Amino acid sequence: MKFKVKSSWVVPLVAIIAGFVVGAIIMLIFGYDPIQNYGSLLSGAFGGVYSIGETMRNMTPLILTALGFSVASKAGFFNIGGSGQYLMGWFGSVIVALHFSNLPGWLLIIISILAGALLGGLWSGIAGVLRAYFGTSEVITTIMLNYISLYFVNFAVKDWLAGKGADSSPNIPAKASLRGNFLENLTANSTLHWGFLVAVLVCFVVWFYFNRMKSGFELRSVGLNEQASKYAGMNVKQTIIAAMLISGLLAGLGGALDGLGNFQNISVSNSLPQVGYDGMAVALLVNYSPIGIIFSALLFSALQIGGMSISVFSDTPTEIVSIVTAAIIFFVAIKYVIELLISKYNKKQKSKKMTIKQEGSGE
Amino acid sequence: MAETVVEMRHITKKFGEFKANDDISLSLHKGEILALLGENGAGKSTLMGMLSGLLETTSGEILINGKEVKMKNPREAKDYGIGMVHQHFMLIPAFTVLENIILGDEPIKKGVRIDYTGAAKRIKELSERYQLDIDIHAKVRDISVGMQQRVEIMKALYREANIFIFDEPTAALTPQEIKQLMKIFGALAKEGKSIIFITHKLKEIKQAADRCVVIRSGKVIDTVNVADTREEAMAEMMVGRKLRNSVEKQAVDQSKLVLDVSHLNVEKKGQARVKNLSLQVHSGEIVGIAGIDGNGQSELIEAITGMQKIKSGTVQIKDKDYTNKAVRKITEAGVGYIPEDRQTVGLQLPLTLAENLSLKNYYQQPANKYGVLNYQYINEHGQKLIKDYDIRSRNELEPVGSLSGGNQQKVVVAREIASDPDLLIAANPTRGVDVGAIEYIHEMINNERNSGKAVLLVSFELDEILKLSDRIVVMHEGEIVGEIDPKDTSSQELGLMMAGKKVQPNVQEAAQ
Amino acid sequence: MNLTTTLMTILSTTLVYAAPLIFTALGGTFSERSGIVNVGLEGMMIVGAFSSSIFNLSFDRMFGDATPWIALFVGAAFGCLFSVLHAVATISFRADHIISGTVLNMMAPALCVFLTRIFYDGKGQTPELNDGLGTTTIAGLSKIPFLGKVMFTQTSLVAWFAILVSVICWYVLYRTGFGLRLRSVGENPAAADTLGINVYQYRYMGVLISGFLGGLGGAVMAQSITLSFSISTISGQGFMSLAAMIFGKWNPLGAMGAAVFFGLAQSLPIIGAYIPGLEGINSVWFQVAPYLITIVVLVLFLGKSVGPAADGENYIKSK
Repeated sequence: MKFKVKSSWVVPLVAIIAGFVVGAIIMLIFGYDPIQNYGSLLSGAFGGVYSIGETMRNMTPLILTALGFSVASKAGFFNIGGSGQYLMGWFGSVIVALHFSNLPGWLLIIISILAGALLGGLWSGIAGVLRAYFGTSEVITTIMLNYISLYFVNFAVKDWLAGKGADSSPNIPAKASLRGNFLENLTANSTLHWGFLVAVLVCFVVWFYFNRMKSGFELRSVGLNEQASKYAGMNVKQTIIAAMLISGLLAGLGGALDGLGNFQNISVSNSLPQVGYDGMAVALLVNYSPIGIIFSALLFSALQIGGMSISVFSDTPTEIVSIVTAAIIFFVAIKYVIELLISKYNKKQKSKKMTIKQEGSGE
Repeated sequence: MAETVVEMRHITKKFGEFKANDDISLSLHKGEILALLGENGAGKSTLMGMLSGLLETTSGEILINGKEVKMKNPREAKDYGIGMVHQHFMLIPAFTVLENIILGDEPIKKGVRIDYTGAAKRIKELSERYQLDIDIHAKVRDISVGMQQRVEIMKALYREANIFIFDEPTAALTPQEIKQLMKIFGALAKEGKSIIFITHKLKEIKQAADRCVVIRSGKVIDTVNVADTREEAMAEMMVGRKLRNSVEKQAVDQSKLVLDVSHLNVEKKGQARVKNLSLQVHSGEIVGIAGIDGNGQSELIEAITGMQKIKSGTVQIKDKDYTNKAVRKITEAGVGYIPEDRQTVGLQLPLTLAENLSLKNYYQQPANKYGVLNYQYINEHGQKLIKDYDIRSRNELEPVGSLSGGNQQKVVVAREIASDPDLLIAANPTRGVDVGAIEYIHEMINNERNSGKAVLLVSFELDEILKLSDRIVVMHEGEIVGEIDPKDTSSQELGLMMAGKKVQPNVQEAAQ
Repeated sequence: MNLTTTLMTILSTTLVYAAPLIFTALGGTFSERSGIVNVGLEGMMIVGAFSSSIFNLSFDRMFGDATPWIALFVGAAFGCLFSVLHAVATISFRADHIISGTVLNMMAPALCVFLTRIFYDGKGQTPELNDGLGTTTIAGLSKIPFLGKVMFTQTSLVAWFAILVSVICWYVLYRTGFGLRLRSVGENPAAADTLGINVYQYRYMGVLISGFLGGLGGAVMAQSITLSFSISTISGQGFMSLAAMIFGKWNPLGAMGAAVFFGLAQSLPIIGAYIPGLEGINSVWFQVAPYLITIVVLVLFLGKSVGPAADGENYIKSK
């Protein structure tokens, strides 16, 4: 059999399978039952409308941090600061929702979301400006900005938002929430909120931007080769800054939707939100394809939501899910080997077919 | 006859299905200088790659001093006394000359420490014996191309090589430096060393080589005694047919001033690269800029096209000031630009042919409407240019990176000429391109001139400059050192000027 | 507190925080000098911290006071083992260096917390170590007037060891044949190849040394600062080390100097209260200072700082 699947799907599919195999082997080594655990993972993620609702809700920030990472990557930058930008977005949306609570609901939601997205964009925009004008590596600056945002948000939550001695802000007013009765009734009171639809919609917008818009073309061009883009008359500096800005805007939007839809408040935390790094994994799996990100986010969200059931039904540590995630990305990273193996396999099949044909014609 | 040191028998090398070398045999004697003549892509470098251990043969045998050898890596080749001087020097710019020479064969003192003093002493002895002038403590990035080549030769001598392979050794040298290199060749041969040098320049073969092996499309066409063979005969063997040596120039109006560069100064990394340079190009003329690589030609062109900042002076195009204007503004003023490096500047290799052909007009109507690209138009525009300019490809959606070098260059030329510029700037437009494409590109450039466009041509190939130009200016260290008429100039004279000898336009005949 | 005691506190706290960064930044230097970008230092540190903690907890009865020192070696060894993943992916399998490094950073916490839960009844944190690397007063040197008190009394022995190691690393990289060859494959692998230097072999060594030193750095973190292992034991020190390496221009001594500087910045939240004039400042400033300073320093003093010419490029040998 020759692989009939579209070639861009082969590497992710092989990587996913290999990642699950690695997880299974590790479970076997430590005496856990992979079949039982993958079973509870599956039912935990999709075993009912409630689980499905939770999985979809969890996709929302993954999609947006992944899109953010993709935009920067397409422009040739490694924006490792998704976590910080997401956190700033979350913080921005909550503080605005709390501060302007006397505005009408629809307006409050819009400006809260915008505030979050803009704060996220500002955060990555700093890295963009430094890169464009000083050539400072965005890898380092975004990492540093991650930690600055962590300590800053902790400080701001404690000093500005939380009551004395408390570690969390009050909840946002109900009218600013993205949750709705319709979705809650549909999914047996899961935390699914309207932000999910926004996230999916944004995937299509980003696809259109990359593939059909002038500015998206320029962004990809700069990502491929700055010198050639300059030669073609593009404004490279402006494109770099725009790319980083959009990248953070998307991650910030993810934080805002999560803040208004999922958390409804913001708390002090001693580590950076993992979702920024998970978004990188989501994007890497499908090689930055905005539409592919929907499927990839579904997979990783299901792993996370389903993964929680693993430790409910057995004593397997839930971290096995993160190991599977990391393994999948490892196999994506070494796609050269996967492609080599597949092309060898296909060649073999081809030569087999040819010998069969020759034998046939020989008769 | 002297003993045979190298014998290659029936060598075939395949890359996938492609036969780069097809049943090639040759021999090299002690103290002999053997030339390997062939076009770009004829398979010369592949053949020498196998002799120097970089590549493995698909079939055939290599004998060194009469014994069959199998070399898996350059280190084994070194052990057989083979030293290779690559076309693109294999040096490390951040290291000193000394470090570059000893790298891989470091003399060690007390078990761990490199014995730099001992190495320096030995290198000094060698450089005196072979008259190789090098500064061992300078960083390679700071020394001249000529010295870099001497460092490469020293690397081989330091490793006690007896067989020297030179890959296009004169590509970046001035005629004077070439002369010096030929002297070094002679000195090496006299000491009993054997030399193979790859080239496509016939004059050098006449000057230095004893015998010449001509290769075409991976096959040996003939092996000749240089003394008994005319240059023209070797040239025909190399390309397989007679070559046209001139283009047809029509009488056109050359009165309009199109490009006016005045007192231009350009700095790069704090160094003056273009110094107070003035230059004019008129309609209907091709002005050729001759010079050795690295004398400010690239910076001059980049400054005119907006790629490089101008420190002082002005650039006027059709009587309007375009000093330090954006690249796009200058393009829109009617400037077409074929850059020196098509792979990293002129093209976006992963993008499609159609996208590359629209790289300069994608943002204008009808390709772009309200920020949305019209791919139907872009692809049709691509199809049209592919047909008009005979670009060999599957279709307009093929990534440009999968085309051959010649066809890639045709894409650049098509795009820049199709925009109907008033001024065409071409920098080394035929570098690394096969002979067929060279002729085509030369014709396209000349057609522009014949239809009344102004053309500024930079080339390191003297033959190209002499063939195409109406006027030639010579650049040396950022300055124009002279202007000459190609009709009554020999390449000798040009060579002297390229090396920095100032020649007044009116007294050049007297100087001769 | 008098001046001598204040200076002693500042210096010893700085050194305590600098030691893990020094080792790890040196590790980064070896990897990147050989041409392999290493953003996976954080992951290597996590593995080193984890394995050294487990060793310390399991064997401290057997080895007594020497336990933490042996634990450092164990952490280094496991860091080295873990770095094989990065080496194979980037050198043999042509993976993008940054993506592969990111995989290390994802895999290390997942694997280490997974194992911690298995070893310690489902808890994500190990118990506290009984034996850690405390401060030492170096006999002899501490008798030097003034300097002896400031530099060698109640100081971090492992930090002085780190400084010594960085001098050795400098010697190895710049004075030995091994170092010259290692640097050559990071500058121009094709040129090194023509001289018969095995590019892949030297790059493997660069990454493995980097894993060893990164693991050592993580182990020092666990054995001298956190005294246990959990998900938050290593929180950004790997990235700080990466910044120190760049700040130090890929030179072992420069990296060490930068790491000491970052150590000072990291110790600010703790020693800030002792420094006259800094008592009143909100602690959030001390917390963000190291990161803010890193950015400012990179922008002001480095800009397009130039690393090894072929750093991050996969070398594909044609056959």
